[in-house]
Amino acid sequence: MKLNKTIIALAISALVLSACSDTDEKDTSLLDGNLNANSGINDASTSGLNKGYGMNGSAMSGNGDYASTLGPEFNDPNNPLSKRTIYFMLDSSEVMPDFINVISAHSQYLIANPAQHITLEGNGDERGSREYNIALGEQRAKSVASLMKARGVSESQLNIVSYGEEKPAVLGNNEAAWEKNRRVEVAYQPR
Amino acid sequence: MSFFNKVLFLIAFSLFVQNSHAALTIEISEGVSSALPVAIVPFSSTGAPVNISAVVNADLERSGYFKMMAEQAMPSKPNTASAVNFNEWQAASQNYLVIGQLADAGGGQYNIQFQLFDVYKSGQLLGYRMTSTAADLRKTAHHISDLIFEKLTGKKGVFSGRIAYITTTNPASKQQSHQLQVADADGFNPQTIATSVEPLMSPSWSPDGKKIAYVSFERKTAAIYVQTLASGERARVAEFPGINGAPAWSPDGTRLALTLSKDGSPDIFILNLSTHALTKLTRSFSIDTEPSWSPDGNSIVFTSDRGGKPQIYIVSSQGGEEKRLTFSGSYNARASFSPDGRNLVMVHGNGNDYRIAVMDMSNKSINVLTSGRSDESPSFAPNGSMILYASKKGGTAFLSAVSIDGKIQQRLLFNSGEVREPSWGP
Repeated sequence: MKLNKTIIALAISALVLSACSDTDEKDTSLLDGNLNANSGINDASTSGLNKGYGMNGSAMSGNGDYASTLGPEFNDPNNPLSKRTIYFMLDSSEVMPDFINVISAHSQYLIANPAQHITLEGNGDERGSREYNIALGEQRAKSVASLMKARGVSESQLNIVSYGEEKPAVLGNNEAAWEKNRRVEVAYQPR
Repeated sequence: MSFFNKVLFLIAFSLFVQNSHAALTIEISEGVSSALPVAIVPFSSTGAPVNISAVVNADLERSGYFKMMAEQAMPSKPNTASAVNFNEWQAASQNYLVIGQLADAGGGQYNIQFQLFDVYKSGQLLGYRMTSTAADLRKTAHHISDLIFEKLTGKKGVFSGRIAYITTTNPASKQQSHQLQVADADGFNPQTIATSVEPLMSPSWSPDGKKIAYVSFERKTAAIYVQTLASGERARVAEFPGINGAPAWSPDGTRLALTLSKDGSPDIFILNLSTHALTKLTRSFSIDTEPSWSPDGNSIVFTSDRGGKPQIYIVSSQGGEEKRLTFSGSYNARASFSPDGRNLVMVHGNGNDYRIAVMDMSNKSINVLTSGRSDESPSFAPNGSMILYASKKGGTAFLSAVSIDGKIQQRLLFNSGEVREPSWGP
């Protein structure tokens, strides 16, 4: 993008105004202040901001999960492959027993389909600091990954990314929302 | 006796500036009881696009240091020194008086002059005449605020400064979009400097205010970018496997401290921005993140859960022994130093609420300054007087500021979606 550079002359002048002519202090402060005034107002980087910059992030929004295109078993509510979200307790990255069968089902599918790659997307609730929640989300994703590897899934099939609290599944400032946001999403990649 | 100072400078300027006016509301929930009474008489003006005296009035009021006189209560509205009757301002219990004029000088230029008087001494404290383009009138007003603030408090004003923050539009939909924005310290003149459908995080100003480092997930993986504000150019400086997060500039501007998990658990690294050399600073098997430099560059504080819960630790920026700093509260995170290095501001949690607290480095005592349930991302203003942070109430996210003693609280409400991770620029 082309920049238009504009030269702007900015003039500042100090002026001794007539209201009070009885202090020497006044003259000093005017002179000193005037120098400061120049550097303060002529802050080139402040003005230089007048340029939009878009980075054209991927147009494919959403979680990028292609599982529903892979087969009917991924859409069958009675099949554990249809469950692709694993939830966690507060401040914990330990997988709860309820989700072991889900992780086992995806592991078996990945072992049977070695060309298939998935991304484990770690997430957290909104409480606490954001970068710490990124770390917590990664721990959750790594917990799921290590269970899958223990079941025989090749490490090369597994990608991990943590979004921390940046991609909440549910908006809200209460426990009902928070428990839905402390999660790992199993996102199938296009083959 | 007047002298004329002419300065040339370059403005990178786009024809397509999206200069939306922020619908910003500032609420001062609490101010200091010793606030100084100041009267700013509306400047005489000839149809200028910006009401300069109103901007100055709002700046000074927002600082919490001053009690601004309402226009209706003013005994008179002088615009020249000869018209000032100090007796009537003394009778109105005003300590200080500001008068001024704004005149169209033609060619898009305006002449502004103002004077600050000590009412009880019946004397002038400041007097300036300035020239400004129409586009720079708000900036000129903030500069006047800085001059008055410094004269009356002895502290540098921060009204001319800028803040960076992240906003999300359509947060509830899959079409959400994240923006990194930079605005004036009063929230006006917001400009988007980066946009992504994937999250943007952790903006960090370079010490010279010319660049911002931030985290972007635009490639569906975390990466750290350094963007030059004037040109919009940027460089991807870290995209290792795993976490690339929490960039923090060294005070000399040559290095970034950051968090990488490429070796397993998240650790603090230092990236030399000219040589691209990467040095590993911490080596724990737990989470180490959120580094921040001491003002002298000798130390780095960071968050670690090596003791079971997140707490603040400190290490020499050369590496070495890592010492725990916080022992009060079950959750302490995202610490950063005050500009004088004497205090540390952090997120302080007790299990339910996450609030902003300041730790005195000399005795390690912690003072909780805020009362929200989910306050986060604190950073000091460059003059150390205020702390900017993000908070939520009733599903609305907004920016807040609190004085270091907790006595002055204010909220900056934006009307556009979610706003978070404020950072006060130098």
